[in-house]
Amino acid sequence: MEPKPRILTILDGVTLILLAVATWMVLFYAPTEATMGPVQRVFYFHVAAGWVGMLSFLAAAVAGIIYLSTKSRNWDTVSLAAVEVGVVFIFITIISGSIWARPIWNTWWTWDPRLTTATVMQLIYLAYLMLRQGIEDPDRRARFGAVYTILGFVSVPLTFFSARLLRTIHPIVIATGDPSGEGTFNMTPPMLQAFMFSLLTFSFIFITLFWHRIRLGKLSDRIEQLKLMTIN
Amino acid sequence: MILMQVQPPPDNTAYMIAGFAIIFGVMIIYVTSLIVRNRSLMRDLELLEELEDQDR
Repeated sequence: MEPKPRILTILDGVTLILLAVATWMVLFYAPTEATMGPVQRVFYFHVAAGWVGMLSFLAAAVAGIIYLSTKSRNWDTVSLAAVEVGVVFIFITIISGSIWARPIWNTWWTWDPRLTTATVMQLIYLAYLMLRQGIEDPDRRARFGAVYTILGFVSVPLTFFSARLLRTIHPIVIATGDPSGEGTFNMTPPMLQAFMFSLLTFSFIFITLFWHRIRLGKLSDRIEQLKLMTIN
Repeated sequence: MILMQVQPPPDNTAYMIAGFAIIFGVMIIYVTSLIVRNRSLMRDLELLEELEDQDR
């Protein structure tokens, strides 16, 4: 096993500092939104977690494409790592959104297009993790995984654009002036700064966790190889 | 004269706390799972390398 790179240790520290600063900005620097109250502060990390989830699924699809063209199993390890990180962050997005919705929409859940497409996307990638377990042959598993992540990625733009293209009560805060969503608000400069900083922080969290998960996957592959050698 | 009534924001702090508890809780659980899995794999690796040495 390769020793932990020094840059990864530095990245761990930088990410923790960024998370502490982002939490402070979200809780104390950004003002309380006038109509929604304190629960609106969940929005900063809710959107940032959604961004990480979708970025992860994009990374998984790209790794899948590279696997199919190179047949290098390392890319299957990268793809699996990306999906796992993505599933964790989309789970955070869905649950934190539901908690926000209770006081704002007066319900924990509604089958709104954005919520429905996000749930379908999450289920697609959860199914990927489960179906992989059922394939013994590593090459077949990697091939299946690559094709699945490429096809599964269709759910990502569908989720992203669902709130923009379909009738929805989900607020669209970024790059739109549409006030029809329940809970839409205009960001003041401190709110926008807290939001952008949260996106940056979660991007660092993504890189850090993704790197750690890839290392874990490589270690697991090495053990699988050693087990095969020991048996033979 | 128009009088504007300014209402204070609703107090839903409990929901905010619950939201952040989920966000941080899930991240901590995931990081812990990475650490636990890594330790377990490292133990397996040591064991397999010992077996490999014995075979030689």
